[in-house]
Amino acid sequence: MNVRLYILQRATAALMVPLIAVHIAVIFYATRKGLSAADILGRTRGSIVWALYYGVFVLAAAVHAAIGVRSVAIEWGRLARSAADLFMWAFGVTLLVLGLRAVAAVVLP
Amino acid sequence: MSAAPGDTIEVSVWRGKDAGRYQTFTVPLQASQTVLDIVTWIQRNADPTLAYRFACRVGVCGSCAMTVNGVPRWTCRTHVAKVTGSGKLEIGPLANLSVIKDLATDMAPFFEQWQRAHGRFVPSQTRADALAVVNPESPERRAASEAIECINCGVCYAACDTVRWNDAYMGPAALNRAWTLVNDVRDAGNSARLAAVAADGGCHNCHSHQSCEQLCPTALNPTASIAGLKRRTMQAYIRRELQP
Repeated sequence: MNVRLYILQRATAALMVPLIAVHIAVIFYATRKGLSAADILGRTRGSIVWALYYGVFVLAAAVHAAIGVRSVAIEWGRLARSAADLFMWAFGVTLLVLGLRAVAAVVLP
Repeated sequence: MSAAPGDTIEVSVWRGKDAGRYQTFTVPLQASQTVLDIVTWIQRNADPTLAYRFACRVGVCGSCAMTVNGVPRWTCRTHVAKVTGSGKLEIGPLANLSVIKDLATDMAPFFEQWQRAHGRFVPSQTRADALAVVNPESPERRAASEAIECINCGVCYAACDTVRWNDAYMGPAALNRAWTLVNDVRDAGNSARLAAVAADGGCHNCHSHQSCEQLCPTALNPTASIAGLKRRTMQAYIRRELQP
C-alpha cells in the first residue's frame, strides 16, 4: 500500500457512502411497493441517471475492493508484491466487467 | 501477590534460537521484584549460559524488552506481582524478530526500518548559524513533543500485527520517529522523508489496531503519529509534491 492506493481506496469509500444509502433505500422502496421486474426495467431502461449512478458505483466498488484484496493477499496470503499487483488488477477488472454487464442489462433500451 | 520469605515461583524461559523450547526454573520471590530481576537471578544462580540483554535497569535504555506471559514488555519496569495474576510466568524473546540466543533477539531489522523511514535529523543550518528558536507552544513542537520520548525498546514492533503480516512494513517506532522529524522545523529532509514513508511499506500500511499505543512503555501513541504521517503525505501527494 502506498499513498496513491491509499487515497484511491479512501476516496472510493467516501464516494460509496451516499451511493450505498441510495441503493439500500431503492431496494426498500422496490420491495415495499411490490415492484415487478418489468416495473423496475421500465424505469431503468434508457435512463442516463441510473446508468451513471450504477456505472460510477461499479467503478468505485471495483477500485475499492481490488486495493483491499491486494492487502489481504500480501498480509494473509503471503503473496509477493508483483503477484499481489497482478491479483489486484485481475480482481478489479473482473468486478468491473461483471458489474458493468449487470448495469448494461438493466439500463440499455 | 506479596512475597513472603521462602516463596518461590515457577518460571518458563525460552532457550535456543527460533527453534527452541521453554525451560522451567524455580526462582525465589522477593518484594518489588521485576521480571528482569527474575531473569538475572536465573543467569547468576541457576544457569550462567542464559543469554539476555539489559543495560540501565531503570527504564531508560530500552534494551531489556521481552515477551512476558505473551505480551511484549520492558522487563526492568514490569513487576512480577503485576503480571502473575494466573500464577504463571513465561518469559520469551520479542516477537517479529529472529532470536540470536534465548531471550536476545536480533534488533538489526528493527533499526534498519528507522533508516528506511529517514528517521535521522537532516540539518538545515551550520554550526556558524545562530541557535534555532523553537516556540514550545507551536503546533509543530507540541506534535513532536508528544512523540519524542521513544526509548527504542522494540515493544511496539513486537506487538504490531501489521509487522507480523507484512515484511515490508516499517513498523510503529520508525514511523513515529519520522513523525517527530516531520514536525522539527530545523530539519531539511522532509521531502525525501515523506516520499519514503508514503511508499510501499510506509505509513499507509498501518491498520490502526493500536497495540503499539496500548503497550508502549513510555505511553507514546505511534498510531496517532502514523495517522499524522498519512495526513501529511496525502496533502503532499495532492499538491503533487511527491510521487510514490
